[in-house]
Amino acid sequence: MRMGSVLRLSGLLFGFAFLYVPIALVILYSFNESRLVTVWGGFSTRWYGELLANEQLLDSVVMSLHVALSSALLATVLGTAAAVSLARRKRFTGRLAFSSMIFAPLVMPEVITGLSLLLLFVALDVPRGFWTIVIAHATLGMCFVTVLVHARLQGLDRSLEEAAMDLGASPLRTLFSVTLPLALPSICAGYALAFTLSLDDFVLASFTSGPGSTTLPMRIYSQMRLGVTPQINAISTLMMGGVAIVLLAAWFIERRKTAAR
Amino acid sequence: MSQTRPISERLIFWLPFAWLVLFFLVPFLIVVKISLSQAALSQPPYEPVLTMVDGWDGLLSKLAGLSLTSYDLLIEDGLYLAAYASSLRLAALATCLTLLIGYPLAYAIARAPVGWRASLLLLAVAPFWTSFLIRVYAWIAILKDEGLLNWALMTVGIISEPLQIMASDTAVLIGITYAYLPFMVLPLYSSIERQPVALREAAADLGASPWSIFWRITVPLSRAGIVAGCLLVFIPAIGEFVIPDLLGGSQTLMIGKSLWVEFFDNRDWPMASSVAVVLLILLVLPMALYERAQMAQVRS
Repeated sequence: MRMGSVLRLSGLLFGFAFLYVPIALVILYSFNESRLVTVWGGFSTRWYGELLANEQLLDSVVMSLHVALSSALLATVLGTAAAVSLARRKRFTGRLAFSSMIFAPLVMPEVITGLSLLLLFVALDVPRGFWTIVIAHATLGMCFVTVLVHARLQGLDRSLEEAAMDLGASPLRTLFSVTLPLALPSICAGYALAFTLSLDDFVLASFTSGPGSTTLPMRIYSQMRLGVTPQINAISTLMMGGVAIVLLAAWFIERRKTAAR
Repeated sequence: MSQTRPISERLIFWLPFAWLVLFFLVPFLIVVKISLSQAALSQPPYEPVLTMVDGWDGLLSKLAGLSLTSYDLLIEDGLYLAAYASSLRLAALATCLTLLIGYPLAYAIARAPVGWRASLLLLAVAPFWTSFLIRVYAWIAILKDEGLLNWALMTVGIISEPLQIMASDTAVLIGITYAYLPFMVLPLYSSIERQPVALREAAADLGASPWSIFWRITVPLSRAGIVAGCLLVFIPAIGEFVIPDLLGGSQTLMIGKSLWVEFFDNRDWPMASSVAVVLLILLVLPMALYERAQMAQVRS
């Protein structure tokens, strides 16, 4: 068995090294005075300073946050409703079509989804901007929310809902007072996922945005195409720091809940 | 019962359904329609062939006049076919690589002490929560000619000339593998972790070596995870645009990039649409497999 544990440990270490070395380098070089990656010019917060002076970038941060907050909200409402329908109505006409439409966007190449949504907006003569990006992100996000909430609903004890109904609660009342509160952790996770997807998306936003609605990934992308600038390292580090704090908090809460049990 | 559902309950049911039909299904029909139109120098840049106001007779007469120009071009111009082939090849190779790196990782996490598993899994999927663009971008600094990899290899003395990895298919392959690894690890982990210990113990009692236990019990039982993981990587990787654009060179052919160029640079909407339609046809089989795997999982 010793041989086995050595193999397992090396698989683990190689996998994590592959995942984290590039990220660590981005963080390290955000504090490098020099522009060159192979030269360490000393510790500096110069690129962070330049970042704060870059107004275009800051505008796009605000834009992205607006889009992410709104689209995640829409995605959560639609996705939760879809999950409830799929989990609680076992048979209905079009069930297969419905669930196919939930799963397909999860793997569909984004260029196809983006192109088709844009062509829809053009056909309907909808001006492109904030709302069209929100719709695009909500459509993708709702599918992820549905999968998460549906998994949770499948695992729930149905007898609680049945008890509520026996005691005279209407199906709708049961849904809002029993089912949804029980599914709340997965609904929150779904919101967080939809929010992150929206904040991160470049392809869908590029297709569905209009003049004056440039999101952060679009701004970052155009800077990347101009060449490597350490400002990108700085903003990446800030974003990853934010993600790390949220994930650590989630991990900590989960830990305490498990410990309490 | 089902005839007398209150409005609110029906709304909960119909709203997400209607949303998906309007914003996911109908757009594809429009793509098909525009792929059958002529390119034109107007705004929007295509000559509609089918319109909604024709009525049935108009529709019939116009069906005869549908333009297959874009599809003809697509087949005649070997570049598109080469791009499809190269996308399939790169996506398949990247899928193998993610499986090769992802399986040992998922296996090690699933066999770690119980108290560690959740934290290790979180660590493995955490990069998925950080920006995709940034994760791809991180590789530019590593792979470029005067980048870290070449610097390290030259300092150690393994090579004397910098390797040209950046702007090549190899760079694209590394980028896809890296960006999609969490999608592989997650289904693999859940399919390995849920296997009952008793099976392995029984095999060991009957004299199987750890090696044959791994190949004859663990791997076959994790088949569902392998299928799901591979499809989760393979399907979106075929249409990838960002990775070939940032890490690939001018000779890197990938269909997602061709679509992007047709749409944004050449402004040929019918061509971009037919590229999308053919890509969708290519994806029908893997998507159907993926959906079947998902449905099986939902049912269990």
